[in-house]
Amino acid sequence: MTPARSAKGTTKSSPDTPTRTGSLDGLLSTKEIVIACGPGGVGKTTTAAAAAVMASLSHGGKVLVLTVDPAKRLANALGLEGIGNDERQVPDEAFRAAGLKPRGELWAAMLDTKKSWDALIRRHAPDEQTRDEILANPLYENISGRFVASHDYIAMERLYEIHSEGDYDLIVVDTPPTRNALDFLDAPQRLADFFSSRLLRWLIVPYRSKLVNVATKPFYQVADRILGTQFLADISEFFILFQSMYDGFEERAEAVGRLLSDRRTTFMVVSTLEAVPLREAEFFAKELTARQLDLGAVVLNKVLPAYLRGPEPAKVAEALKDRADELAEAMTPVLSTIDGDLGDPDQIRRVLTEVADSFLNFRVVALRESEEKAHLAAAPEVVATVPFFDTDIYDLSGLVRLGEQIWS
Amino acid sequence: MSRWTGPRPSDGSVSGCPDGTDPALRRGRPPLVGIRTVTALLDLKLVFVSGKGGVGKTTVASALALFASQQGKRVLVCEVDAKGDVAGFYEAPPTSFAEREILPGLFAMTMDTEASLREYLKLQLRIPVVGRIGPLAKAFDFVATAAPGVREILTVGKLCYEVRERNYDLVVVDAPASGHIIGQLAAPQAINDLVKVGLIRTQTDWMLEILSDHDATGLIAVCTPEEMPVNETIELADRVREETTVQLSAVVVNRVLPELFGRQEEAVFDALATAGPTQELAKLVGGDPQPVLDAARLAVTMRRTRSTHLERLRQGIDASVPLLYLPYLFTRLHGLRTTRQVAASLGEELGY
Repeated sequence: MTPARSAKGTTKSSPDTPTRTGSLDGLLSTKEIVIACGPGGVGKTTTAAAAAVMASLSHGGKVLVLTVDPAKRLANALGLEGIGNDERQVPDEAFRAAGLKPRGELWAAMLDTKKSWDALIRRHAPDEQTRDEILANPLYENISGRFVASHDYIAMERLYEIHSEGDYDLIVVDTPPTRNALDFLDAPQRLADFFSSRLLRWLIVPYRSKLVNVATKPFYQVADRILGTQFLADISEFFILFQSMYDGFEERAEAVGRLLSDRRTTFMVVSTLEAVPLREAEFFAKELTARQLDLGAVVLNKVLPAYLRGPEPAKVAEALKDRADELAEAMTPVLSTIDGDLGDPDQIRRVLTEVADSFLNFRVVALRESEEKAHLAAAPEVVATVPFFDTDIYDLSGLVRLGEQIWS
Repeated sequence: MSRWTGPRPSDGSVSGCPDGTDPALRRGRPPLVGIRTVTALLDLKLVFVSGKGGVGKTTVASALALFASQQGKRVLVCEVDAKGDVAGFYEAPPTSFAEREILPGLFAMTMDTEASLREYLKLQLRIPVVGRIGPLAKAFDFVATAAPGVREILTVGKLCYEVRERNYDLVVVDAPASGHIIGQLAAPQAINDLVKVGLIRTQTDWMLEILSDHDATGLIAVCTPEEMPVNETIELADRVREETTVQLSAVVVNRVLPELFGRQEEAVFDALATAGPTQELAKLVGGDPQPVLDAARLAVTMRRTRSTHLERLRQGIDASVPLLYLPYLFTRLHGLRTTRQVAASLGEELGY
C-alpha cells in the first residue's frame, strides 16, 4: 500500500518561461472548464477525477467531473456505481468514509450519448410532430446511438449546456483518446457545416420536388444504385426534418468554439513517459497551440521511481550479480541465524541474481522515461509527474493520493 | 499446445510453485487454458486486433502479422485508425492505402475510406474516374456523414474483399480501440437493417457471411493485467457476443511481469531486506543495496496487484476463449527488434 519511493510530486517551470512556477492548484482556481485529454491508457479519467476531487477539497464551491469516454470508467474511479447521464453528487459520506472533509461539493456525470441526443432533439425541434418523426426515424437511432462522431458532438453540446446553466464553479471534462479528442473539438463545427452542405440540399431535392436537373441526375442514379431508393428516402426525410433545427446547430457550434477558446477554459494533457503515448500527447499539445487554445498543464503518470536511475545502485546491482556466488556464501551464516531454513547458499544466490536483474531491467525503462521527459517539447505553465503507484486507484482516498502529486 | 502445467500467476501468489524454479513460470508465463486450439488462430483469414487504448494493440497486431509471415503465410496488416504506428513497428516508410510488401510475405496498408470507396466504385460499378460523375468525390464526405456506418462499411468491406478474393492467407487488422470496434464490426448488420434493397444490401450479405464465419474471422482482444484494461476487455467480450456475429478468438495479455521469487526465495528475500543482513550486504558489496531491494519489492508488489486482475479476467471471459500471455519488455525503444521479440513470444504462446 505504500506509494513508490519517489512519491514526491515535482513541478518544473518550463525553460522558456523561467518565471512561471505554476501549480494545478493555481491554474484550476482561475478556470471554469478544464479539459483533460491525451492518449488512451495513461490514466486520463483517473487524473481528471483526481483534479476534480482536489478542487472540491481545497477550493470549495461546486465541482463537476464529466466523463465523455465511451467506456464506463469514472464510476469505478469514484467508487460510485452507475453514474448516469444526469449529474449526481458524490455523497459526503463517501468523503467521510475516506477520512476527508470536503469544502465544496463534488458532482459527477457520465455522458449517455443516446439520452443526450434525445434531449437535444426535444429542445431544438420546432414542433411536436417534427420531434416525434425524428425520434422515430430509423437513421436517427443509428446516428445517435451507434456511431462515434455523434458522441464527440454531444459531448461538446453537453459541456456547453452545463456551463451555460452556471451551476458549477469548475467543470473537469474527460475526453476520448487523442486523435478522437481532435474530432471532439471539431465536432460542433462539422455538424454545422454538414447541415449547411450544398450536397445535402442536392440529396434532398428530389424528395421535395420532383425536379432533378441534368447535372445532378447521374449523382442520384449512382446513389440509388449504391444505397437503394428506400434508404435514400430515409436519409432525405431525416435531413429534411433535421434542417428545421439547422439554425440551432449553427449557433451552438459557434458558441462552443467561443467557449473552448475562452480564457476560463484550459486544457490538461495527460500522458505517461512511454514512447507511443508521449508522441501522441505531444501531437495534441502542438495542435492545441496551433488552434490558440490554452494548454494549461501536462500531467505525466506512472513515472518509475528516481532511485532506479542512480549510478550507485546500478553498481551495487552489477556487483550482486557478478559476485552472487561469493556473496551468497558470505550471507549464508547471516541468514541462518535468523532462520535455519534460510541458510541455503543456492537459494540466496538465486535471490541476489533475481533482485539485481530486476533492478537492472527496470532501470532500462526508467532511464528511457527520463530521456523522454527531457525531450518533452510542450512547455505549459504546469508540468506534474505522478509516481508509479503500486496499487490501483479505485476510491476517493486513492484519487486524493494521486491528486496530491499533481496539485501544488 | 497446452504445455504449461502448474498454477497460473493469477492465483495471486507464488504458492503453487514451491521453489519457483519452473523456467516457464519464472519468465512469467502461466499455462495456457482454453478449449479451442490456439494454433487455429493462424488458420483464420481475417483477424481484428482491438483493446483499450494504450495496451499495445498495434504491437500485437504487428507481431502477429510478422509471425504469420515468418510461418510462410502471405499476410496483409492493415492499420485502421491511421496513426502511422504500424510502419514504425517495422521501421518501414509510412504506409498508404496501396498495399506494399515491407518484409518478405508481409504487406502493409493504411485504411483510407475515401480510397476504399473509389476502389469499390471502380470494381463494382465500373466507374473508372470518380471526377466524371460530378460531385461524387465530394459527395463521399457527405454520404459518409449522412448515412451512418458508411465509413465503417467501407473499412470492413475492403478487408472482407481482400479475404474473399483470397489475395492473402491472413489479413490482420490493427482495429479501433474497444470503445469503437463494435460499431465497425456491427456496421454490416446495421446497414443490412437499414437498407432493404440495392447494391449495398447485396454487399453487406457476403460481408456478414465472412464476418460470421468463425473459421474465417476472429477478434483478438489485447489487454494488460491492470484494472481498467481488464474491465474494458470483459465489457468488450460481452458486447462482441451480444452485438456482433464475430467470434472472440483470444485475449492477449500484454506486459505480464516476471515472477521474481518462489515462496522459499521470498522468505530469503524478506530476511535479506531486514536491517542486519542489509548492512552486512552493504559492507560486502561496498555500496547501499537498499534501492536495489526496494526495486525488487516494487516489482513483486506490482506483479501481485496485476495477478488479481488476471484472475478477474479469466473469470470474466468465457472459458473457451484462450488467454495468451506476452512478457513485459524491458527494452529501450520500440522498433523492428521489439516487434520480432513480441512475435517470438506470441509464437511460443501459439504453440510453435
